[in-house]
Amino acid sequence: MSTASDVVTRPRERVHPMRWLRQNLFSSWFNTLLTFVSLGLIYIVLRQTFTWIFLGADWEVVVANLRLFMVGTYPIDQIWRLWLSVAIIVGLIGLSWGLWPHVVRGVAISYSAGLLLLTGIIGANLLLASPETRLFRPQTALWLLSCSALIFGGRFVGGRKRNLGRSVMIGWLVALIFIIYLMHGAGMLLPVVPTTQWGGLQLTLVLAVTGILFSFPLGVLLAIGRRSNLPAISLFCTLFIEIVRGVPLITVLFMFQIMLPLFIPGGENIDKVVRAIVAFTIFTSAYIAENVRGGLQAIPKGQFEAADALGLNPVLTMSLIILPQALRTVIPANVGQFISLFKDTSLVVIAGLLDLLGIARSVVAQSEFLGLYAETLLFVAVVYWIFAFSMTHISKRLENVLGVGKR
Amino acid sequence: MAREQVLTPITSRPPFWRDVRILAILGQVAFMILVALIAGLLYANVTSEMKRLGIAGGYGFMDQEAGFAIGVTPIPYSPQNAYWRAFQVGVINTLLVSILGIVLATLLGLLAGIAQLSGNWLVAKLAQVYVAIFRNVPLLVQLFFWYQAVFLALPRVQDAIALLGPIYLSQRGVSMIGITPTPSTSWWAGFILGGVVIAAAVWYWLHMRQMRTGQQSPRLLIAVGIVLLSAIVGWLALAMNPLEVTIPERQRFNIQGGFRLSPEYAALLIGLVIYTGTFIAEIVRAGILGVAKGQKEAARALGLSGGKSMRLVILPQALRIIIPPLTSQYLNLAKNSSLAIAIGYPDLFNVSRTIANQTGQVVQLIGLIMLSYLTISLVTSLIMNLYNRSVRLVER
Repeated sequence: MSTASDVVTRPRERVHPMRWLRQNLFSSWFNTLLTFVSLGLIYIVLRQTFTWIFLGADWEVVVANLRLFMVGTYPIDQIWRLWLSVAIIVGLIGLSWGLWPHVVRGVAISYSAGLLLLTGIIGANLLLASPETRLFRPQTALWLLSCSALIFGGRFVGGRKRNLGRSVMIGWLVALIFIIYLMHGAGMLLPVVPTTQWGGLQLTLVLAVTGILFSFPLGVLLAIGRRSNLPAISLFCTLFIEIVRGVPLITVLFMFQIMLPLFIPGGENIDKVVRAIVAFTIFTSAYIAENVRGGLQAIPKGQFEAADALGLNPVLTMSLIILPQALRTVIPANVGQFISLFKDTSLVVIAGLLDLLGIARSVVAQSEFLGLYAETLLFVAVVYWIFAFSMTHISKRLENVLGVGKR
Repeated sequence: MAREQVLTPITSRPPFWRDVRILAILGQVAFMILVALIAGLLYANVTSEMKRLGIAGGYGFMDQEAGFAIGVTPIPYSPQNAYWRAFQVGVINTLLVSILGIVLATLLGLLAGIAQLSGNWLVAKLAQVYVAIFRNVPLLVQLFFWYQAVFLALPRVQDAIALLGPIYLSQRGVSMIGITPTPSTSWWAGFILGGVVIAAAVWYWLHMRQMRTGQQSPRLLIAVGIVLLSAIVGWLALAMNPLEVTIPERQRFNIQGGFRLSPEYAALLIGLVIYTGTFIAEIVRAGILGVAKGQKEAARALGLSGGKSMRLVILPQALRIIIPPLTSQYLNLAKNSSLAIAIGYPDLFNVSRTIANQTGQVVQLIGLIMLSYLTISLVTSLIMNLYNRSVRLVER
């Protein structure tokens, strides 16, 4: 057995810049041509984009509606609940950064840099602008500052206490559920904020997180059901999975938004957000099930037989022996599925909900910002991109750490 | 030690409440009864609700007059036609955007996937940036962007932007050179078909000769030349031009002639191609990286050039890894084309929703929609599975 210290890594070559240029950009006439074509392309695209961003675009529409974009019409006196939620999440990101630096570091560093930058911008605005022309409230700067402190504090604690891993994982789960309750406020001695007042990025994230939390267990159950040797159950699960995977998400959403009152008496009273969550759960669980089934198929038969030999019953065999091994191998695939779910939450626009994209669509209907499609859509695209890209990044790092897909 | 204990085989069956086989059957029966009960309840609710709202069952309503216009009609259609006809237009529109989208997304994805691994640092980075940007923004946002911020922001048709070609870009869409068939087109097609058959025979003969003797020949060039030659001969031999080329012309308030893509179609196609292209690029990249390194080195050692080793050694092996996930991307593209409803392209889902709004027959239409998409998915996977079988590793 060789330990990590025995492995001699190849010494880093020092390459002269000119030689690097010749090797990587001008190695042949064809490569030289490609280099110049790419340079031209980059120049045209960047010039167009930057002239438009700094000279052509009217960013007032984003600045004036920033709160709408972030939290929709959530009541301003209750907004501390959302800030508290952000603080909890950020603290957990900090803890995860300390515990699993290889996976979370890149994202955590970018997020904390972003938080500090935002704090700086808002602080400058508060200090320089007169109280009437301030764009932000002083509380915002305070919240942001404490969030930045939390991320670094979390990192410090996580880096010191290595045995916190399991607690932090459970903490993520509990925190996400708690946050949804906190936002709604039912049964918490707080004024209830109905989902009709939710919106913007907040609604997008709620839809994505609840969709993930519900669809994962359902997907695992469906996968086990499909592999079951009881024909009735495996047939039912197979049909369910294949039908859902064969139709577009929008038909599933459409069914739950428009047809629910037909199927269930009083269905029109069911919360629209809940309907969307149910649709996302059903849709995503079918895809998760297929991923998990792949993981289950990769488990050698001997594992089942060994569990049988130990006298474990089928439920224990699954939950203690098979699933822990099967789920591990399909983590990256499932993260990919969750990224799609996050992006797909934008489809609720078609059902009339005011999520991040929905707000963008409604903002351009304001008389003073009529038709500023490019600005709003670009802003929204950047916000979606930040979240989706960090998830992609984490899933790639996870793949490396778990060693899945290494040949 | 005491003498060996003799184990007698158990002959008596356990009581039925502990017999696994009986429990399995009972459990399944209970499960089926539960499913049937829920389905029955839902069915009863739907029928009573539909009766209450005065909506008839069945598909008879589809023969009624549609009464609404459709913007893009590849087959003749007018509002006086029946709902069935409108539905057919929707299906064809979905197929038109899906098939062209699949072809273009494959090309773009293949290009970007190979470029990501290019030895040219700049090209590789450019491809990686393309993938990182467009993969992580929701398709719907991109579609709105292409439609509202690009196509509807183009100048009015009077001051259309003229590009080489001539291609005119305006709010009315993209006008370019169009080709329309004439009565003699089928004769010309016959000539080309003959050329293809001859070319295939020659190609096969040259291929077999190379297999036998190792004698190389530019057989692809020869085959293409034969097809082109037969097309030219056919064109000259026929009295009437087999194709009529129409060039768009700018007029005072209009652009006449040529082939026009509606802004809806163009935006949907561009959005789908650019979005799906990123996923295909990643699949292609993973496939190429999945081919054992020794294969590339062996190709080099044989003296094959970079392009040849990619085309003859790496890609054929990478295809085995690429095809299954590529199939699911094709299915995704076809299903994602249903987002057309957001920008008003009359695809299958959009037309069906209009019909549902007009008639109230939501349940029948959702059934029809799901059936159509399931059929499209099934046919696509069937074709791809057949193709997959042909590239699969042949084992003993």
